[in-house]
Amino acid sequence: MNAAGALAARLQRRAVAARPALGRRLVIALPYLWLAVFFLAPFLIVLKIAFSNVQLSMPPVEPVFSWAADQVVQIRLHLSNFSFVFGDQLYVAAFLNSLQVAGVSTLLALLIGYPMAYGIARAPGTWRNILFLLVVLPFFTSFLLRVYAWMGLLGRSGLVNGLLLKLGLVHEPLQLLQTDFAVYLGMVYSYLPFMVLPLYSAIEKLDLTLLEAAADLGCRPTKAFFTITLPLTREGIFAGCLLVFIPAVGEYVIPALLGGPDTLMIGRVVWDEFFANRDWPVASALAIVLLAVLSGFVLLLQRVQAQEREA
Amino acid sequence: MTAAPAPRATPAAPPGQPYVRIEGLTKRFGDFVAVRQVSLEIARGEIFCLLGGSGCGKTTLLRMLAGFEAPTGGAVFIDGVDVTAVPPYERPVNMMFQAYALFPHMTVEQNVAFGLRQDGTARAEIATRVHEMLALVQLEGYDKRKPHQLSGGQRQRVALARALVKRPKLLLLDEPLGALDKKLRERTQFELVNLQDRLGVTFIIVTHDQEEAMTLATRIGVMRAGEILQVGTPTDIYEFPNSRFVADFIGSVNLTDGKLVEDEPDHVRIDCPQLGTTVFVDHGVSAPPDAQVSVAVRPEKIQLTRERPPQVDNVLSGTVTGIAYLGDVTRYLVRLPTGFELRITAPNVFRREERPAHDEAVWLHWHPSATVVVTR
Repeated sequence: MNAAGALAARLQRRAVAARPALGRRLVIALPYLWLAVFFLAPFLIVLKIAFSNVQLSMPPVEPVFSWAADQVVQIRLHLSNFSFVFGDQLYVAAFLNSLQVAGVSTLLALLIGYPMAYGIARAPGTWRNILFLLVVLPFFTSFLLRVYAWMGLLGRSGLVNGLLLKLGLVHEPLQLLQTDFAVYLGMVYSYLPFMVLPLYSAIEKLDLTLLEAAADLGCRPTKAFFTITLPLTREGIFAGCLLVFIPAVGEYVIPALLGGPDTLMIGRVVWDEFFANRDWPVASALAIVLLAVLSGFVLLLQRVQAQEREA
Repeated sequence: MTAAPAPRATPAAPPGQPYVRIEGLTKRFGDFVAVRQVSLEIARGEIFCLLGGSGCGKTTLLRMLAGFEAPTGGAVFIDGVDVTAVPPYERPVNMMFQAYALFPHMTVEQNVAFGLRQDGTARAEIATRVHEMLALVQLEGYDKRKPHQLSGGQRQRVALARALVKRPKLLLLDEPLGALDKKLRERTQFELVNLQDRLGVTFIIVTHDQEEAMTLATRIGVMRAGEILQVGTPTDIYEFPNSRFVADFIGSVNLTDGKLVEDEPDHVRIDCPQLGTTVFVDHGVSAPPDAQVSVAVRPEKIQLTRERPPQVDNVLSGTVTGIAYLGDVTRYLVRLPTGFELRITAPNVFRREERPAHDEAVWLHWHPSATVVVTR
């Protein structure tokens, strides 16, 4: 009787325990479902198109799967798009140029962002919140709008040229817009917050007594920065660089609006293939290759970080 | 003392001169005075403990010695040199931090070598000295581990090795044993004293733990509200406290107020209404007649008996209201007819003993020399 009662109580407890477990699973399932519907499915469609061929139809591609005679499903995969992408100098150059622009922008963002993040993390309490808000503030307006604003600033009759002329530093307006300079400026400006935020959280976490310990052992502040602060905020540096580099490689808007006709970036090339050329298969192949390259970077970085954590 | 030649930190300081001299050191944070006009002289090879509750300014004082806080006023001399304005990275002083502050991204070896590397010491010498130091703190074979792979006690020893490897003139220790459990703390206390003895380095230790201070220190400075109330050997501080606060802070004590009623050079009598009697003290007290004083008697100095003791003075009767058997000693709480409760500690000398029970009527007595009279 007693034993039976205890068993019943235990079963009931387990039932109670099982209910939140179901809820927990649902909570985890939701974002996965979201990703499956809005990321995985579109990705598979793009992947399918990448193996297709151009055809005058709507959509302008040959179907990959088709019904042949005798109820046989015919799958026709064209690898020509990929061989074309890798064979053509233009695409390779666009890839390399994108990587370079993104790399330099990331480096510049790091060089500007680190002192910013450091300053915010070390600022007194009330100031810290204000400075932090200022970093996030640009997100309150549309990204596109902010890039347009730079067009207004950098144009031949823009604010910057106007100021330079008035100060007598130049005698005729400089060509600022549609240059690589404008692209770098736009990139660094747009992606700087993504660099500052992870750096801030890494620097803020740093135990200041470690720096005191370093000083106590005879280490000057500058050297302590390189031997203590920098290595201990490496995770933040990795995260920030990744958050800037990855979107920067595929960036379309900034080079399209601020760059010149010779600013060759993969985002623009993909756009042109899709909309100007209406060559969906080649555009898709480019997108797939871009994704593969970026995934490679992410995996490499993760491995480096994992190794470091083990050591 | 030991056979091994102890590495000396510095050439000997001129005899008779204090090794560390602190003159009127003051630190203000806004309106708050953390350290107020502290002057201290510490001899070479001493273990000096700054003892006090949290917020008493002991850590701020230590941080000024390390150079992390700039004093608002006063000066610090180490081995005759004014170091008040010297930045921490140039002071001949090392510190062992409360939570150790080991560099998490470096191995034990790199942590210990860090200080030597800053001085540009030759590689081979660094290696020898680091391994000497690790041997000294019994951490051989742990040199390739990272701090997170060590136990609390091992981390403490790494921190100690890192602070000692540069052979500082002065080692500052901020709650050096605070993060260890009780058993380990007791063992480490003796290791620390041993090590200090072998190396001859002057230690200044900050602690809130009076037992730690009593075990480690050659002298203790008791701090309260930014001031040093008393400096003395552990015996001085315990047996001859100079104030109510010190008497109460160190160890357990029965404190009561009284008034001088008989003031002779060789003895005094103090009327203590709370005890319901006058207390006889067998030494003179430097206080004006009729002065309000405090009388302090340590619990272990009071004898508790069932029969009335033969003495005339300092004899009281009461009933037992509390008993705590702690093994080595038993603590009693005895209520006097006035309602005042006294704490008594009696050693358990015999294994079988008829000890006074709850609500039993008992007699108390203490020797006239056991009474401490403080005027503030």
